[in-house]
Amino acid sequence: MHSHSHTNKIQVKDLTVYYHETLALENISGTFEPGSLTAIIGPNGGGKSTFIKALQKLIRPSKGSVTHYCKNLCDTAYLPQKNEFDTSFPLTVFDVVGMGLLAHTGSFKAYTSEQIILIKKTLEKVGLNGFENRLINSLSGGQFQRMLFARIFMQNASLIILDEPFTAIDTQTCTHLIKLILDWNRQGKTVLVALHNLDLVEKYFPETVLLGRQCVGWGKTSKILTEANIKKAFKNLMV
Amino acid sequence: MVDFFLEPLQYAFMKKALVSCLCLALGAGPIGVLLVLRRMSLMGDALSHALLPGVAIGYIMGGFSLVAMGVGGLTAGLIMALLAGLTSRFTQLKEDASFAGFFLIALSLGVLLISLKHSAVDLTHILFGSALSVDDDALLSMGMISSLTLVVLACIYRPLLIECFDPAFLKSTHGKGGYYQIIFLGLVVLNLVSGFATLGTLLSLGIMMLPAISARFWAQKMTGLFVLAILIAAITGFFGLILSYHTDWPSGPTIVLLAGLVYIVSLVFGTQGSILHHRKYKKL
Repeated sequence: MHSHSHTNKIQVKDLTVYYHETLALENISGTFEPGSLTAIIGPNGGGKSTFIKALQKLIRPSKGSVTHYCKNLCDTAYLPQKNEFDTSFPLTVFDVVGMGLLAHTGSFKAYTSEQIILIKKTLEKVGLNGFENRLINSLSGGQFQRMLFARIFMQNASLIILDEPFTAIDTQTCTHLIKLILDWNRQGKTVLVALHNLDLVEKYFPETVLLGRQCVGWGKTSKILTEANIKKAFKNLMV
Repeated sequence: MVDFFLEPLQYAFMKKALVSCLCLALGAGPIGVLLVLRRMSLMGDALSHALLPGVAIGYIMGGFSLVAMGVGGLTAGLIMALLAGLTSRFTQLKEDASFAGFFLIALSLGVLLISLKHSAVDLTHILFGSALSVDDDALLSMGMISSLTLVVLACIYRPLLIECFDPAFLKSTHGKGGYYQIIFLGLVVLNLVSGFATLGTLLSLGIMMLPAISARFWAQKMTGLFVLAILIAAITGFFGLILSYHTDWPSGPTIVLLAGLVYIVSLVFGTQGSILHHRKYKKL
Protein backbone atom coordinates (compact mmCIF):
# COMPACT_ATOMS: atom_id res chain seq x y z
CA MET A 1 0.00 0.00 0.00
CA HIS A 2 2.67 2.55 0.98
CA SER A 3 4.86 2.06 -2.04
CA HIS A 4 5.54 5.71 -2.83
CA SER A 5 9.05 6.94 -3.14
CA HIS A 6 8.78 9.92 -0.86
CA THR A 7 10.51 12.48 -2.94
CA ASN A 8 8.13 15.34 -2.53
CA LYS A 9 10.29 18.44 -2.36
CA ILE A 10 8.57 21.76 -2.98
CA GLN A 11 10.50 24.88 -3.83
CA VAL A 12 8.87 28.29 -3.55
CA LYS A 13 10.53 31.22 -5.29
CA ASP A 14 9.48 34.88 -4.94
CA LEU A 15 5.82 33.84 -4.71
CA THR A 16 3.54 36.89 -4.95
CA VAL A 17 -0.26 36.77 -5.19
CA TYR A 18 -2.68 39.64 -5.78
CA TYR A 19 -6.47 39.31 -5.52
CA HIS A 20 -7.53 42.02 -7.96
CA GLU A 21 -5.75 45.02 -6.43
CA THR A 22 -5.17 43.52 -2.98
CA LEU A 23 -1.79 42.10 -2.14
CA ALA A 24 -2.21 38.73 -0.37
CA LEU A 25 1.34 37.34 -0.44
CA GLU A 26 4.60 39.09 -1.22
CA ASN A 27 7.93 37.57 -2.26
CA ILE A 28 7.76 34.29 -0.36
CA SER A 29 10.77 32.02 -0.86
CA GLY A 30 11.75 28.74 0.77
CA THR A 31 11.82 24.96 0.48
CA PHE A 32 9.73 22.14 1.96
CA GLU A 33 12.03 19.14 2.29
CA PRO A 34 10.69 15.62 1.57
CA GLY A 35 9.33 14.02 4.71
CA SER A 36 9.18 17.29 6.65
CA LEU A 37 6.41 18.32 9.05
CA THR A 38 5.72 22.04 8.85
CA ALA A 39 3.28 24.37 10.59
CA ILE A 40 2.05 27.37 8.60
CA ILE A 41 1.04 30.12 11.02
CA GLY A 42 0.24 33.81 11.02
CA PRO A 43 -2.62 36.23 11.73
CA ASN A 44 -5.96 35.97 9.93
CA GLY A 45 -5.64 37.62 6.55
CA GLY A 46 -1.91 36.88 6.63
CA GLY A 47 -2.18 34.70 3.52
CA LYS A 48 -2.11 31.15 4.95
CA SER A 49 -4.93 29.79 2.80
CA THR A 50 -3.68 31.70 -0.24
CA PHE A 51 -0.24 30.18 0.30
CA ILE A 52 -1.70 26.67 0.61
CA LYS A 53 -3.73 27.06 -2.57
CA ALA A 54 -0.77 28.49 -4.48
CA LEU A 55 1.35 25.52 -3.37
CA GLN A 56 -1.11 23.21 -5.12
CA LYS A 57 -1.45 25.51 -8.12
CA LEU A 58 -5.14 25.98 -7.35
CA ILE A 59 -4.48 29.72 -7.82
CA ARG A 60 -1.98 31.26 -10.18
CA PRO A 61 0.80 33.38 -8.70
CA SER A 62 1.03 36.97 -9.92
CA LYS A 63 4.81 36.64 -9.74
CA GLY A 64 7.31 33.94 -8.81
CA SER A 65 6.87 30.18 -8.90
CA VAL A 66 6.13 26.95 -7.03
CA THR A 67 8.02 23.86 -8.20
CA HIS A 68 7.22 20.28 -7.17
CA TYR A 69 10.18 17.93 -7.52
CA CYS A 70 8.16 14.73 -7.79
CA LYS A 71 6.63 12.58 -10.44
CA ASN A 72 3.32 14.30 -10.45
CA LEU A 73 1.51 17.10 -8.74
CA CYS A 74 -1.62 15.02 -8.28
CA ASP A 75 0.00 12.99 -5.52
CA THR A 76 -1.35 15.47 -2.97
CA ALA A 77 -4.10 15.07 -0.39
CA TYR A 78 -5.66 18.41 0.52
CA LEU A 79 -8.04 19.24 3.35
CA PRO A 80 -9.76 22.59 2.74
CA GLN A 81 -11.19 24.72 5.55
CA LYS A 82 -14.53 23.48 6.80
CA ASN A 83 -16.47 26.49 5.51
CA GLU A 84 -15.62 25.42 1.96
CA PHE A 85 -17.89 22.36 2.28
CA ASP A 86 -21.62 22.16 1.93
CA THR A 87 -22.30 20.13 5.08
CA SER A 88 -26.04 19.79 4.38
CA PHE A 89 -25.34 17.70 1.30
CA PRO A 90 -27.28 14.38 1.31
CA LEU A 91 -24.18 12.16 1.31
CA THR A 92 -23.19 9.37 3.67
CA VAL A 93 -19.85 9.08 5.45
CA PHE A 94 -19.06 6.16 3.14
CA ASP A 95 -19.64 8.33 0.04
CA VAL A 96 -17.26 11.01 1.25
CA VAL A 97 -14.48 8.66 2.38
CA GLY A 98 -14.88 6.74 -0.90
CA MET A 99 -14.05 9.95 -2.81
CA GLY A 100 -10.48 9.37 -1.68
CA LEU A 101 -10.36 6.42 -4.09
CA LEU A 102 -11.33 8.56 -7.09
CA ALA A 103 -7.91 8.04 -8.67
CA HIS A 104 -8.60 4.26 -8.70
CA THR A 105 -12.33 4.14 -9.36
CA GLY A 106 -12.49 6.97 -11.90
CA SER A 107 -15.96 8.35 -12.45
CA PHE A 108 -17.67 5.09 -13.25
CA LYS A 109 -16.18 1.96 -11.62
CA ALA A 110 -17.92 0.45 -8.61
CA TYR A 111 -16.01 -0.15 -5.38
CA THR A 112 -14.42 -3.58 -5.08
CA SER A 113 -15.04 -5.63 -1.94
CA GLU A 114 -11.41 -4.98 -0.88
CA GLN A 115 -11.98 -1.27 -1.21
CA ILE A 116 -15.16 -1.47 0.85
CA ILE A 117 -13.31 -3.32 3.60
CA LEU A 118 -10.49 -0.76 3.42
CA ILE A 119 -12.97 2.09 3.85
CA LYS A 120 -14.49 0.42 6.92
CA LYS A 121 -11.08 -0.25 8.44
CA THR A 122 -10.02 3.33 7.86
CA LEU A 123 -13.15 4.56 9.60
CA GLU A 124 -12.11 2.50 12.61
CA LYS A 125 -8.67 4.11 12.48
CA VAL A 126 -10.11 7.63 12.73
CA GLY A 127 -12.56 6.64 15.47
CA LEU A 128 -15.73 6.52 13.35
CA ASN A 129 -16.38 2.81 13.75
CA GLY A 130 -19.71 1.86 12.14
CA PHE A 131 -20.44 5.36 10.85
CA GLU A 132 -20.43 4.45 7.15
CA ASN A 133 -24.17 4.86 6.60
CA ARG A 134 -24.54 8.02 8.68
CA LEU A 135 -25.51 11.16 6.78
CA ILE A 136 -22.87 13.85 6.93
CA ASN A 137 -25.34 16.49 8.09
CA SER A 138 -25.77 14.53 11.32
CA LEU A 139 -22.06 14.68 12.23
CA SER A 140 -20.53 16.96 14.85
CA GLY A 141 -17.64 19.24 13.87
CA GLY A 142 -15.12 16.77 15.26
CA GLN A 143 -16.71 13.77 13.54
CA PHE A 144 -16.79 15.66 10.25
CA GLN A 145 -13.08 16.36 10.50
CA ARG A 146 -12.35 12.70 11.37
CA MET A 147 -14.25 11.69 8.24
CA LEU A 148 -12.11 13.99 6.11
CA PHE A 149 -8.97 12.51 7.68
CA ALA A 150 -10.25 9.07 6.65
CA ARG A 151 -10.58 10.38 3.09
CA ILE A 152 -6.93 11.50 3.21
CA PHE A 153 -5.96 7.96 4.29
CA MET A 154 -7.73 6.59 1.20
CA GLN A 155 -5.82 8.95 -1.11
CA ASN A 156 -2.53 7.60 0.21
CA ALA A 157 -0.64 10.63 -1.12
CA SER A 158 2.97 11.44 -0.34
CA LEU A 159 2.19 15.13 0.26
CA ILE A 160 -0.56 16.07 2.72
CA ILE A 161 -1.77 19.65 3.08
CA LEU A 162 -4.27 20.57 5.83
CA ASP A 163 -5.90 24.00 6.13
CA GLU A 164 -6.88 24.66 9.77
CA PRO A 165 -7.95 21.11 10.66
CA PHE A 166 -8.29 21.88 14.39
CA THR A 167 -10.70 24.81 14.21
CA ALA A 168 -13.90 24.31 16.23
CA ILE A 169 -13.33 20.71 17.32
CA ASP A 170 -13.14 19.11 20.77
CA THR A 171 -9.79 18.43 22.48
CA GLN A 172 -10.19 14.66 22.31
CA THR A 173 -10.57 14.75 18.53
CA CYS A 174 -7.71 17.22 18.30
CA THR A 175 -5.35 14.84 20.16
CA HIS A 176 -6.44 11.93 17.97
CA LEU A 177 -5.93 13.87 14.73
CA ILE A 178 -2.48 15.04 15.81
CA LYS A 179 -1.51 11.44 16.42
CA LEU A 180 -2.61 10.57 12.88
CA ILE A 181 -0.60 13.49 11.47
CA LEU A 182 2.52 12.34 13.34
CA ASP A 183 1.95 8.79 12.03
CA TRP A 184 1.78 10.05 8.45
CA ASN A 185 4.99 11.96 8.95
CA ARG A 186 6.69 8.93 10.45
CA GLN A 187 5.79 6.97 7.31
CA GLY A 188 7.83 9.52 5.38
CA LYS A 189 5.02 11.70 4.05
CA THR A 190 5.53 15.44 3.74
CA VAL A 191 2.88 17.19 5.84
CA LEU A 192 1.97 20.91 5.85
CA VAL A 193 -0.59 22.20 8.33
CA ALA A 194 -2.03 25.71 8.65
CA LEU A 195 -3.14 26.32 12.25
CA HIS A 196 -3.63 28.90 14.98
CA ASN A 197 -2.74 27.13 18.21
CA LEU A 198 0.88 28.04 18.95
CA ASP A 199 1.15 25.50 21.80
CA LEU A 200 0.50 22.71 19.29
CA VAL A 201 3.05 24.18 16.90
CA GLU A 202 5.71 24.30 19.59
CA LYS A 203 4.99 20.80 20.81
CA TYR A 204 4.64 18.81 17.59
CA PHE A 205 5.93 20.67 14.54
CA PRO A 206 9.70 20.73 13.86
CA GLU A 207 9.43 23.35 11.08
CA THR A 208 7.42 26.55 10.88
CA VAL A 209 6.52 29.11 8.24
CA LEU A 210 5.31 32.41 9.73
CA LEU A 211 3.30 34.50 7.29
CA GLY A 212 2.13 38.07 7.65
CA ARG A 213 1.60 38.81 3.99
CA GLN A 214 5.37 38.58 3.69
CA CYS A 215 7.37 35.65 4.96
CA VAL A 216 8.40 36.68 8.47
CA GLY A 217 10.22 33.42 9.17
CA TRP A 218 10.78 29.99 7.61
CA GLY A 219 12.82 27.34 9.42
CA LYS A 220 13.20 25.48 12.73
CA THR A 221 10.19 26.16 14.94
CA SER A 222 12.32 27.11 17.98
CA LYS A 223 13.98 29.88 15.96
CA ILE A 224 10.85 31.17 14.27
CA LEU A 225 8.41 31.15 17.16
CA THR A 226 9.70 34.24 18.99
CA GLU A 227 7.66 37.10 20.36
CA ALA A 228 9.46 39.59 18.14
CA ASN A 229 8.65 37.60 14.99
CA ILE A 230 4.99 37.20 15.88
CA LYS A 231 4.66 40.91 16.60
CA LYS A 232 6.25 41.61 13.25
CA ALA A 233 3.78 39.31 11.45
CA PHE A 234 0.85 41.19 12.97
CA LYS A 235 2.39 44.60 12.30
CA ASN A 236 2.81 43.80 8.61
CA LEU A 237 -0.95 43.57 8.28
CA MET A 238 -1.64 46.88 9.97
CA VAL A 239 0.01 48.99 7.29
CA MET B 1 -64.75 8.25 -11.55
CA VAL B 2 -62.74 5.70 -13.55
CA ASP B 3 -64.10 7.26 -16.72
CA PHE B 4 -62.69 10.57 -15.62
CA PHE B 5 -59.21 9.09 -15.99
CA LEU B 6 -59.80 6.65 -18.85
CA GLU B 7 -61.97 8.68 -21.18
CA PRO B 8 -59.18 11.04 -22.32
CA LEU B 9 -57.01 8.05 -23.10
CA GLN B 10 -59.05 6.98 -26.10
CA TYR B 11 -57.49 9.86 -28.00
CA ALA B 12 -54.10 9.35 -29.61
CA PHE B 13 -52.93 12.88 -28.79
CA MET B 14 -53.64 12.34 -25.08
CA LYS B 15 -51.76 9.06 -25.06
CA LYS B 16 -48.80 10.79 -26.69
CA ALA B 17 -48.97 13.65 -24.23
CA LEU B 18 -49.00 11.21 -21.31
CA VAL B 19 -46.02 9.27 -22.58
CA SER B 20 -44.24 12.58 -23.14
CA CYS B 21 -44.85 13.51 -19.50
CA LEU B 22 -43.33 10.23 -18.34
CA CYS B 23 -40.26 10.83 -20.53
CA LEU B 24 -39.99 14.33 -19.13
CA ALA B 25 -40.18 13.08 -15.54
CA LEU B 26 -37.36 10.57 -16.08
CA GLY B 27 -34.89 13.21 -17.27
CA ALA B 28 -36.06 16.32 -15.45
CA GLY B 29 -36.41 14.67 -12.02
CA PRO B 30 -32.71 13.86 -11.49
CA ILE B 31 -31.58 17.07 -13.20
CA GLY B 32 -33.79 19.06 -10.83
CA VAL B 33 -32.37 17.31 -7.77
CA LEU B 34 -28.85 18.19 -8.87
CA LEU B 35 -29.85 21.79 -9.65
CA VAL B 36 -31.19 22.16 -6.11
CA LEU B 37 -28.07 20.62 -4.57
CA ARG B 38 -25.82 22.85 -6.64
CA ARG B 39 -27.85 25.86 -5.42
CA MET B 40 -28.60 26.78 -8.97
CA SER B 41 -32.42 26.82 -8.78
CA LEU B 42 -32.75 30.46 -9.73
CA MET B 43 -30.02 30.19 -12.30
CA GLY B 44 -32.12 27.47 -13.96
CA ASP B 45 -35.05 29.88 -13.99
CA ALA B 46 -33.02 32.56 -15.70
CA LEU B 47 -31.69 30.05 -18.18
CA SER B 48 -35.18 28.83 -19.10
CA HIS B 49 -36.31 32.37 -19.98
CA ALA B 50 -33.16 32.94 -21.95
CA LEU B 51 -34.16 30.20 -24.37
CA LEU B 52 -37.17 32.18 -25.61
CA PRO B 53 -35.64 34.28 -28.40
CA GLY B 54 -34.06 31.14 -29.86
CA VAL B 55 -37.36 29.30 -29.58
CA ALA B 56 -39.13 32.22 -31.23
CA ILE B 57 -36.76 32.23 -34.17
CA GLY B 58 -37.12 28.45 -34.50
CA TYR B 59 -40.91 28.88 -34.39
CA ILE B 60 -40.97 31.61 -37.03
CA MET B 61 -38.82 29.54 -39.33
CA GLY B 62 -40.13 26.03 -38.73
CA GLY B 63 -43.59 26.41 -37.18
CA PHE B 64 -44.64 24.59 -34.04
CA SER B 65 -42.05 21.84 -34.34
CA LEU B 66 -40.20 20.70 -31.26
CA VAL B 67 -37.05 20.09 -33.26
CA ALA B 68 -36.91 23.59 -34.81
CA MET B 69 -37.78 25.26 -31.51
CA GLY B 70 -35.39 22.98 -29.64
CA VAL B 71 -32.40 23.78 -31.81
CA GLY B 72 -33.17 27.49 -31.49
CA GLY B 73 -33.62 27.23 -27.74
CA LEU B 74 -30.46 25.22 -27.28
CA THR B 75 -28.43 27.76 -29.24
CA ALA B 76 -29.89 30.68 -27.30
CA GLY B 77 -29.31 28.90 -23.98
CA LEU B 78 -25.69 28.15 -24.73
CA ILE B 79 -25.00 31.70 -25.96
CA MET B 80 -26.60 33.05 -22.80
CA ALA B 81 -24.60 30.77 -20.49
CA LEU B 82 -21.42 31.77 -22.31
CA LEU B 83 -22.18 35.52 -22.21
CA ALA B 84 -23.04 35.43 -18.51
CA GLY B 85 -19.91 33.43 -17.74
CA LEU B 86 -17.70 35.85 -19.68
CA THR B 87 -19.32 38.90 -18.09
CA SER B 88 -18.72 37.64 -14.57
CA ARG B 89 -15.18 36.72 -15.46
CA PHE B 90 -14.11 39.98 -17.07
CA THR B 91 -16.18 42.52 -15.16
CA GLN B 92 -16.86 42.97 -11.48
CA LEU B 93 -20.46 41.71 -11.83
CA LYS B 94 -21.26 38.39 -10.09
CA GLU B 95 -22.62 35.53 -12.22
CA ASP B 96 -26.18 35.64 -10.87
CA ALA B 97 -26.52 39.36 -11.55
CA SER B 98 -25.23 39.06 -15.11
CA PHE B 99 -27.58 36.10 -15.67
CA ALA B 100 -30.50 38.21 -14.47
CA GLY B 101 -29.52 41.02 -16.83
CA PHE B 102 -29.33 38.79 -19.86
CA PHE B 103 -32.50 36.82 -19.13
CA LEU B 104 -34.64 39.96 -18.95
CA ILE B 105 -33.33 41.09 -22.33
CA ALA B 106 -33.84 37.60 -23.76
CA LEU B 107 -37.38 37.21 -22.41
CA SER B 108 -38.62 40.52 -23.81
CA LEU B 109 -36.87 39.94 -27.11
CA GLY B 110 -38.53 36.51 -27.39
CA VAL B 111 -42.02 37.77 -26.59
CA LEU B 112 -41.60 40.67 -29.02
CA LEU B 113 -40.44 38.38 -31.84
CA ILE B 114 -43.41 36.06 -31.46
CA SER B 115 -45.98 38.84 -31.16
CA LEU B 116 -44.63 40.64 -34.22
CA LYS B 117 -44.92 37.57 -36.38
CA HIS B 118 -47.95 35.78 -35.00
CA SER B 119 -51.12 36.10 -33.00
CA ALA B 120 -51.61 36.14 -29.25
CA VAL B 121 -52.84 32.54 -29.42
CA ASP B 122 -49.39 31.46 -30.60
CA LEU B 123 -47.77 33.34 -27.77
CA THR B 124 -49.91 31.58 -25.14
CA HIS B 125 -49.19 28.33 -26.87
CA ILE B 126 -45.44 28.77 -26.70
CA LEU B 127 -45.32 30.27 -23.23
CA PHE B 128 -47.68 27.81 -21.55
CA GLY B 129 -47.67 24.71 -23.72
CA SER B 130 -50.44 22.51 -25.01
CA ALA B 131 -50.89 18.77 -24.87
CA LEU B 132 -52.13 18.89 -28.46
CA SER B 133 -48.74 19.83 -29.76
CA VAL B 134 -47.00 16.54 -28.94
CA ASP B 135 -46.64 14.79 -32.28
CA ASP B 136 -44.58 11.70 -33.14
CA ASP B 137 -41.45 13.72 -33.87
CA ALA B 138 -41.74 15.57 -30.58
CA LEU B 139 -42.26 12.35 -28.66
CA LEU B 140 -39.23 10.78 -30.29
CA SER B 141 -37.01 13.75 -29.47
CA MET B 142 -38.22 13.78 -25.87
CA GLY B 143 -37.47 10.08 -25.51
CA MET B 144 -34.01 10.63 -26.91
CA ILE B 145 -33.33 13.55 -24.59
CA SER B 146 -34.42 11.55 -21.50
CA SER B 147 -32.30 8.55 -22.47
CA LEU B 148 -29.29 10.71 -23.22
CA THR B 149 -29.73 12.57 -19.92
CA LEU B 150 -29.78 9.39 -17.86
CA VAL B 151 -26.78 7.86 -19.64
CA VAL B 152 -24.67 11.03 -19.39
CA LEU B 153 -25.63 11.55 -15.75
CA ALA B 154 -24.60 8.00 -14.93
CA CYS B 155 -21.21 8.61 -16.55
CA ILE B 156 -20.43 11.90 -14.80
CA TYR B 157 -22.41 11.30 -11.60
CA ARG B 158 -19.52 10.76 -9.20
CA PRO B 159 -17.30 13.70 -10.22
CA LEU B 160 -20.36 15.94 -10.57
CA LEU B 161 -21.38 15.19 -7.01
CA ILE B 162 -17.86 15.67 -5.67
CA GLU B 163 -17.66 18.95 -7.53
CA CYS B 164 -20.72 20.31 -5.74
CA PHE B 165 -19.71 19.06 -2.33
CA ASP B 166 -16.01 19.89 -2.39
CA PRO B 167 -14.83 21.61 -5.59
CA ALA B 168 -11.23 22.06 -4.36
CA PHE B 169 -10.90 18.31 -3.86
CA LEU B 170 -11.91 17.53 -7.42
CA LYS B 171 -9.57 20.19 -8.78
CA SER B 172 -6.62 18.94 -6.77
CA THR B 173 -7.13 15.24 -7.60
CA HIS B 174 -8.77 15.32 -11.02
CA GLY B 175 -7.74 18.66 -12.45
CA LYS B 176 -10.82 19.25 -14.64
CA GLY B 177 -13.66 20.71 -12.63
CA GLY B 178 -15.23 23.27 -14.98
CA TYR B 179 -15.77 20.72 -17.66
CA TYR B 180 -18.48 18.82 -15.71
CA GLN B 181 -20.33 22.04 -15.01
CA ILE B 182 -20.60 22.69 -18.75
CA ILE B 183 -21.87 19.17 -19.52
CA PHE B 184 -24.43 19.57 -16.73
CA LEU B 185 -25.63 22.97 -18.00
CA GLY B 186 -26.01 21.40 -21.44
CA LEU B 187 -28.26 18.70 -19.92
CA VAL B 188 -30.32 21.36 -18.12
CA VAL B 189 -30.94 23.21 -21.38
CA LEU B 190 -31.82 19.99 -23.23
CA ASN B 191 -34.38 19.02 -20.60
CA LEU B 192 -35.90 22.50 -20.60
CA VAL B 193 -36.32 22.22 -24.36
CA SER B 194 -37.87 18.80 -23.90
CA GLY B 195 -40.57 20.32 -21.68
CA PHE B 196 -41.61 22.97 -24.20
CA ALA B 197 -44.39 21.09 -25.93
CA THR B 198 -46.51 20.20 -22.89
CA LEU B 199 -45.39 22.83 -20.40
CA GLY B 200 -44.33 25.78 -22.50
CA THR B 201 -41.12 27.76 -22.23
CA LEU B 202 -42.13 29.74 -19.16
CA LEU B 203 -43.01 26.74 -17.02
CA SER B 204 -40.73 24.04 -18.37
CA LEU B 205 -38.54 24.46 -15.31
CA GLY B 206 -41.52 23.73 -13.03
CA ILE B 207 -41.46 19.99 -13.63
CA MET B 208 -37.74 20.04 -12.84
CA MET B 209 -37.68 22.14 -9.69
CA LEU B 210 -40.94 21.50 -7.84
CA PRO B 211 -40.64 17.68 -7.63
CA ALA B 212 -36.97 18.04 -6.67
CA ILE B 213 -37.56 20.47 -3.81
CA SER B 214 -40.59 18.47 -2.63
CA ALA B 215 -38.41 15.34 -2.50
CA ARG B 216 -36.01 17.16 -0.18
CA PHE B 217 -38.74 17.07 2.50
CA TRP B 218 -39.10 13.28 2.37
CA ALA B 219 -35.84 11.63 1.31
CA GLN B 220 -32.43 11.78 2.98
CA LYS B 221 -30.15 10.12 0.48
CA MET B 222 -29.39 10.67 -3.18
CA THR B 223 -31.16 7.53 -4.44
CA GLY B 224 -34.32 8.40 -2.56
CA LEU B 225 -34.23 11.97 -3.86
CA PHE B 226 -33.90 10.83 -7.47
CA VAL B 227 -36.65 8.20 -7.28
CA LEU B 228 -39.07 10.50 -5.47
CA ALA B 229 -38.46 13.43 -7.81
CA ILE B 230 -39.14 11.20 -10.81
CA LEU B 231 -42.30 9.77 -9.22
CA ILE B 232 -43.69 13.16 -8.24
CA ALA B 233 -42.96 14.57 -11.69
CA ALA B 234 -44.60 11.58 -13.41
CA ILE B 235 -47.69 11.57 -11.20
CA THR B 236 -48.32 15.31 -11.35
CA GLY B 237 -47.73 15.17 -15.11
CA PHE B 238 -50.37 12.46 -15.49
CA PHE B 239 -53.03 14.06 -13.31
CA GLY B 240 -52.26 17.52 -14.65
CA LEU B 241 -52.88 16.39 -18.22
CA ILE B 242 -56.15 14.66 -17.34
CA LEU B 243 -57.31 17.73 -15.48
CA SER B 244 -56.36 20.05 -18.31
CA TYR B 245 -58.27 17.82 -20.75
CA HIS B 246 -61.49 18.07 -18.75
CA THR B 247 -61.26 21.72 -17.82
CA ASP B 248 -59.68 23.06 -21.01
CA TRP B 249 -56.99 24.76 -18.96
CA PRO B 250 -53.58 25.07 -20.61
CA SER B 251 -51.57 21.97 -19.69
CA GLY B 252 -48.42 23.78 -18.52
CA PRO B 253 -49.87 25.78 -15.62
CA THR B 254 -52.15 22.88 -14.63
CA ILE B 255 -49.28 20.41 -14.30
CA VAL B 256 -46.99 22.89 -12.58
CA LEU B 257 -49.73 23.98 -10.17
CA LEU B 258 -50.33 20.33 -9.21
CA ALA B 259 -46.59 19.94 -8.61
CA GLY B 260 -46.79 23.13 -6.57
CA LEU B 261 -49.54 21.57 -4.48
CA VAL B 262 -47.29 18.58 -3.77
CA TYR B 263 -44.56 21.04 -2.78
CA ILE B 264 -46.81 22.86 -0.31
CA VAL B 265 -48.03 19.59 1.21
CA SER B 266 -44.41 18.42 1.54
CA LEU B 267 -43.41 21.74 3.03
CA VAL B 268 -45.99 21.31 5.77
CA PHE B 269 -46.08 17.54 6.34
CA GLY B 270 -42.72 16.23 5.06
CA THR B 271 -40.67 14.00 7.35
CA GLN B 272 -37.40 15.89 6.84
CA GLY B 273 -37.27 19.38 8.32
CA SER B 274 -40.77 20.46 7.23
CA ILE B 275 -42.86 22.98 9.19
CA LEU B 276 -44.59 20.32 11.34
CA HIS B 277 -41.44 18.29 11.74
CA HIS B 278 -39.47 21.27 13.02
CA ARG B 279 -42.24 22.07 15.49
CA LYS B 280 -42.07 18.58 16.95
CA TYR B 281 -38.35 18.98 17.45
CA LYS B 282 -38.80 22.20 19.37
CA LYS B 283 -41.47 20.77 21.64
CA LEU B 284 -39.28 17.85 22.67
